[in-house]
Amino acid sequence: MEFFRNTNIDFLGKKWYFLAFSLIFSVAGVLSMLFWHHIPWGVDFRGGTLVYVKFSHTPNDNAVRAAMDRAGLRDAKIQRYGAVQNNEVLVDLDVRETSEQALDLGKTKIIQALESNAPAGKTDLNNASSLTIKKYLMDKDPMHLGSDADQKYTAQAQAILDYRDKVQGGVLSSIDQLKGAPGVDPAAEASLSDGFFLSDFGVRNVEIVGPQVGAQLQKQAALATIYSLAGMLVYLGFRFEWIYGIAAVVTVFHDTLITVGAFSLTKTDISLTVIAAILTLIGYSNNDTIVVFDRIRENIKLMRREKLSDVVNRSINQTLSRTILTAGLTFLTVLALFLFGGEVLRGFSLALVIGILIGTYSSIAIAAPILVAYQDWRIEKGKRPVAMPGKAR
Amino acid sequence: MNKTFLWKTGLILGILLFFLFGIFGIPKSFSGSGLLAAVGEHIQLGLDLKGGTHLILQVKVNDAVNVDAQNAMEVLKEQLRNHKIDYADITQPDPANNPDHLVLKGVQASSRTDLLNIMQERLPEYDITGGSDNSWNISMKPSNLADLKSKAVTQAIDTIRNRIDALGVSEPTIQEHGLGQYQILVQLPGVDDPARVKDIMQSTAMLEIKQSLGGPYPSEQAAMQDKGGVIPSDALLLPGHNMPGADTGGQAWYLVSRVSAVNGKDLRDAQPSRDQNGQPSVSFTLSGEGGQRFYNFTSAHVGDSLAVVLDNHVQEVANIKEPIRDRGEISGGSMSEQQSKDLSMILRSGALPAGIKYLEERTVGPSLGADSIRAGVRAAVFGMLAVLIFMLIYYRGAGINADVALILNLIILLGFMGYFEAVLTLPGIAGVILTVGMGVDSNVLIFERIREELRNGKTPPSAVDQGFSHAWITIVDTHVTTIVSAAILFIFGTGPVRGFATTLTFGLLANLFTAVFVSRVIFDWNLSRKQRGDALSI
Repeated sequence: MEFFRNTNIDFLGKKWYFLAFSLIFSVAGVLSMLFWHHIPWGVDFRGGTLVYVKFSHTPNDNAVRAAMDRAGLRDAKIQRYGAVQNNEVLVDLDVRETSEQALDLGKTKIIQALESNAPAGKTDLNNASSLTIKKYLMDKDPMHLGSDADQKYTAQAQAILDYRDKVQGGVLSSIDQLKGAPGVDPAAEASLSDGFFLSDFGVRNVEIVGPQVGAQLQKQAALATIYSLAGMLVYLGFRFEWIYGIAAVVTVFHDTLITVGAFSLTKTDISLTVIAAILTLIGYSNNDTIVVFDRIRENIKLMRREKLSDVVNRSINQTLSRTILTAGLTFLTVLALFLFGGEVLRGFSLALVIGILIGTYSSIAIAAPILVAYQDWRIEKGKRPVAMPGKAR
Repeated sequence: MNKTFLWKTGLILGILLFFLFGIFGIPKSFSGSGLLAAVGEHIQLGLDLKGGTHLILQVKVNDAVNVDAQNAMEVLKEQLRNHKIDYADITQPDPANNPDHLVLKGVQASSRTDLLNIMQERLPEYDITGGSDNSWNISMKPSNLADLKSKAVTQAIDTIRNRIDALGVSEPTIQEHGLGQYQILVQLPGVDDPARVKDIMQSTAMLEIKQSLGGPYPSEQAAMQDKGGVIPSDALLLPGHNMPGADTGGQAWYLVSRVSAVNGKDLRDAQPSRDQNGQPSVSFTLSGEGGQRFYNFTSAHVGDSLAVVLDNHVQEVANIKEPIRDRGEISGGSMSEQQSKDLSMILRSGALPAGIKYLEERTVGPSLGADSIRAGVRAAVFGMLAVLIFMLIYYRGAGINADVALILNLIILLGFMGYFEAVLTLPGIAGVILTVGMGVDSNVLIFERIREELRNGKTPPSAVDQGFSHAWITIVDTHVTTIVSAAILFIFGTGPVRGFATTLTFGLLANLFTAVFVSRVIFDWNLSRKQRGDALSI
């Protein structure tokens, strides 16, 4: 089977279309970053408190919002999270509600606000830690154990939590559900209702990032990106010519700009893992560019008489089959990640989905034309044409 | 079959076994669940996959510097007194930001040499400059300052580790974090509610035993009045508990000596116990040297009172009836049983050299971890299967090479992780997927090149040869640049991003071996079975 065989497309002839396409997307992204959604930094970078709450029933956004208002958390953003049947809500507090003096204050307030049905003196079993449960059981001692009580009750508390979190998905709707749960002693189960009640939610996940860490991470992410670009420039300058390195870096910059622009346009949070994805796409786009450059380097030696633009066109066509295949297959794996990878990987895989499309496009539409444009510019200025790398091999 | 082919096959099988061992070890049973358990033992999951708490905290290193500077101030005062050098005063102008900066004023020019000598002999870690207007600037030498700060971080890590170990959290990670920001990363697998652990980690538990010079007083003013309006320079006024029989109503203040007889460093052991009223308390024993000092102190002060001070709060005042050598008790207040257990544990673990504050806190519930592992693995398997099937259809015979290479690549990658005890995180799974993508790319590069060479009329053996040698250069270039990016991610990234960089790097290294070497061996084997002129299935 073969999809592309001896193609002969004049890619360089279409450079103005490419330029227009790239400009439209870059400018749209930049405008959105400047005037519309700005750069939607995730909690890792902007700081703040995220609490992921799972309800035992379909959550009522307005009720949740009202509870937050009652607790004085006025700027809380409330949104549904993940698949609808998961009944999950994400409560997002601004960094101003997150002080390093009492980092988890926001989380505590959210839980208290939602525990609206709390009877006096009882603890919420859906949000109790294993230590709390163990301590309660120890004080009650329903199983009348001797010296190994500590160990036994630690195991009991863990069994209760395992059932709540792993079997029931994080929320119990009735204490009776624990009857017959693996490893839970009936006597221990029976004593729970004296000290515990059940709210209609459980906190699944908490992320609290203080303002200092956020600023520091922004700096780190910027540094990581700049250093990896510099590393690339140096390596390509060493293996090819400087203009190849510059062309690759401009290409990668173009890809990053468009990807971040897409995040701004779609208002998807840029988290730490998204930065990892962007660095990956830098690597990937660069990979594509190098494959084409390698072919150009090889063909320059074979086709000494021909114009550079012909050599470049020929090289792109020769590698086209490989480019499309690889891009297609990688796209397939990343698409699987995007579709089936779950909510946690959503931003990450979105960056890769966009990145692979743009990265493949840019190695043909941006990197190669830069080489030719540079050559034309040198000839126009009456200098000796370069871009004849012959260092490798 | 020639010799080179045999040793190459042997090498590949050896490597396969080596990395399979890295993944499974020697499993107890070869059933599905037995193998799965074996994998679980060798491949460590990150917090995002197994659930737990991730904390970043910062050591307030200036606290430690402040203690040192205070101490230096006392030493200097004493020396100036001993050498009969007059001075107006010593101040610490900016204790919050530059605690090591001291200003000494009003020293006569004639005392210059003496002062410099004292500094050199007694405080060699401090620089002294100035002298004009009889005023001197004293600050710690930069290298000593840096040492002191990094020592505070190391000591904080040790103390926190002791405390977490005592709490029985299994497999915690406690390490320095970030780039020179005095930060510590603490990861606690399986801890779903970090509140209590955080309190215990944060507790400074600075224990001191001082001489009690007066009190309890109902207010600070009352204490001042009692001492004639000024607190003596060698004394401190501290808040404390109300003692039975001396109820001052509400708050109680005590005047204690500035110098401690013994402190937390002199402890050998601390255990929860009960005081004479049957209330929970903490009893402690002192080390040999500390015990000697305590003995000297109590012998000299029979009839006086001593104060047990915890975190600058007077816990207890007691009369010294006879010299005490090495025992003591902290009671008073209304300690609960849990508090007495926690306090004795904290005292045993040693004091924090400086306060800490929390910068970041993340908790992943175990159910979320389980969900994401399922989703990530499912996506990886789908993607992988689609790729394997496509390669078989598109490249037929050569598709087998690619599939073998890809599967071997995964085995080596996981084996690497097993051997290096690298942690598999969710972004790490994504790194695995990307590795698969890069692996496919190498195979496609080679195969397309071979097809091209065949089209140009080369014989199969020479087309394979040319295909590999041309593609090799490109593969090296692409892999090196990606590994460079991954290395930078590893250096600047944290937690999950590091996991991604780790799997990507291991995967790319494995790929260089499988896509180039292994695939070539299979091609050579195919070619050796063919007659001259037979077509290559590609």
